[in-house]
Amino acid sequence: MSGPEQEPTKGVSEPGPTVSESEPAVSEQTPAAPESTPKQLVVLSGKGGTGKTSVVAALATLATAKVLADCDVDAADLHLVLNPKRRHHETFISGKEARIIADRCSACGDCMDHCRFDAIRLVVDADGRSVYTVDPISCEGCGLCARVCTSGAIEMLDAERGEWFVSDTRHGPLVHARLSIGGENSGKLVTLVREQAVSLAREIGAGLILVDGPPGIGCPVIASVTGADLVLAVTEPTVSGAHDLERAAELVQGFGLSLAVCINKTDLNPDMAGRIREVCTARGLSVVGELSYDTAVIRAQVEGKSIIEYGGSPVADQIRDMWRILEDRLEEPKE
Amino acid sequence: MKIAIASGKGGTGKTTLSVNLATALAHEGSVGLLDCDVEEPNCHLYLKPPFDATEPVGTLIPVIDEDACTGCGLCARACEFHALLALPGPPLLLPELCHACGVCAYVCPEEAITENERQIGVVGSGLVNGIYFRWGRLNIGEARSTPVIQAVKDLDTAPPLDTVIIDAPPGVACPAVETMRGADFAVLVTEPTPFGLHDLVPAVQTARQMSIPCGVVVNRADIGDDRVDEYCAAEDVPVLLRIPDDRRIAEACSRGEIFAANDPSFASMLQTFASDLRARIHQRVTL
Repeated sequence: MSGPEQEPTKGVSEPGPTVSESEPAVSEQTPAAPESTPKQLVVLSGKGGTGKTSVVAALATLATAKVLADCDVDAADLHLVLNPKRRHHETFISGKEARIIADRCSACGDCMDHCRFDAIRLVVDADGRSVYTVDPISCEGCGLCARVCTSGAIEMLDAERGEWFVSDTRHGPLVHARLSIGGENSGKLVTLVREQAVSLAREIGAGLILVDGPPGIGCPVIASVTGADLVLAVTEPTVSGAHDLERAAELVQGFGLSLAVCINKTDLNPDMAGRIREVCTARGLSVVGELSYDTAVIRAQVEGKSIIEYGGSPVADQIRDMWRILEDRLEEPKE
Repeated sequence: MKIAIASGKGGTGKTTLSVNLATALAHEGSVGLLDCDVEEPNCHLYLKPPFDATEPVGTLIPVIDEDACTGCGLCARACEFHALLALPGPPLLLPELCHACGVCAYVCPEEAITENERQIGVVGSGLVNGIYFRWGRLNIGEARSTPVIQAVKDLDTAPPLDTVIIDAPPGVACPAVETMRGADFAVLVTEPTPFGLHDLVPAVQTARQMSIPCGVVVNRADIGDDRVDEYCAAEDVPVLLRIPDDRRIAEACSRGEIFAANDPSFASMLQTFASDLRARIHQRVTL
């Protein structure tokens, strides 16, 4: 199994200005006083549904002077708790999409033969004629079809792959996004959300960016963690939670990033929670929080509140304790 | 029949449903289970197959013949994915960014580009507990999982199968779409919470856009509110099954056990669910 290679991955995500830069990245247009670079805390999990977003909502309630970034662009849920008021909205255009101009098509089929993504289909139209069309969900926008077409019948159009927003919430500004169905370039949308959050934080002098990350270990996850000051992995005491945490940890630690672990619903299976603690010790990771299984977390979500705001749950105090540890970890110089 | 078990939101119970359904149907005929969540595969933790995934899965990357390359930079300009950087002399390849589309080889006037396999993951398959199981694993650090998903879905070496259950990755981005492609039915697993509902909506839209009939399984059916049911009724999406919030199921799951293997009433509920799906697919085919 090949380890993460630093150089190519930088290209995948191209994070905005990061704290690793020795000089504050102040653009020439803004000759303001030197600004401090905001710290980035990224919450992820490997396995989906372990409680990332509920934890982020709670941390958003506790942290002061921060910008929130929802990088789970595929299933963005943070706004459901934060009830945001949108103040900026933009279409996310990234890459290309092929379109066949029917009038010019000679129906030779060369495009279909060359397409590696099975994106060109021969379909029967309303008049009973066989015509070539592009399936936009399959098209990756490489442009090979347009190059092989001798009739000039294929045009490459800018592809809309989603939208992104800046909103105001009761816990500070939120940058969030929505990826189109079957969306390519989710990593680029994640990078854009993080860049917007960084510039917004600089603008308002916020010292922290709190990032809700996506599940998995692929493209959007790599884009979410690159350059983070601290990554918090939320897991649960199940065989799947433990397995997925290890893969996520290998990815994050492979990038040389600082990682801490939170075990959610820890009492669901105390033996498994113990095994996760052992795995963490072996990897040199500290478990910074263990949260009880409490249905109040769901009731809070139904009411559109964080568990801290909802109150009356041991989970609220456990997250308060965890936040104190995370704050200290964020103060430590980056490894 | 090919049934994709998908969901917008992660952690709703896709894998739990997949492994339990496969187990409940194992005696009724030949059943296949494909774990297409190759970023975080979990089905093997429950089935405990006696084989690992070791067969390499590759994707094509360009190989540049440096003697033939004139450094014209056409390939780098043609690459929509910025996987080739034009430099004085031969271009620099960033393999993780390559989509294996073949444009660079096509445009090279010197025919200096050929393509070669680069390993990005593994697949494995075999019989376990009467189920034909196939799964894959993306190498850590790799960004694109779709070639591994396609390899898991490749049933060329599989025995004939009456039912194929396909465990999808969460979300509606390219990995989930690649998994659902070609399925006869998409079972969308959700939970009755605001997050569950919010992520169910794009999952339904995805299935519809792909012309795959879909229905909903509400897992942990009584933990939240009624908004998922209201949505399904308004959108005319059938609710196929409700799985109660049962701590015994959650605990069995947490230990890597298949609840249906030891609970005949749960298994029988899943068998009824499968016959209902079969009828729905049959009805659609004959319409």
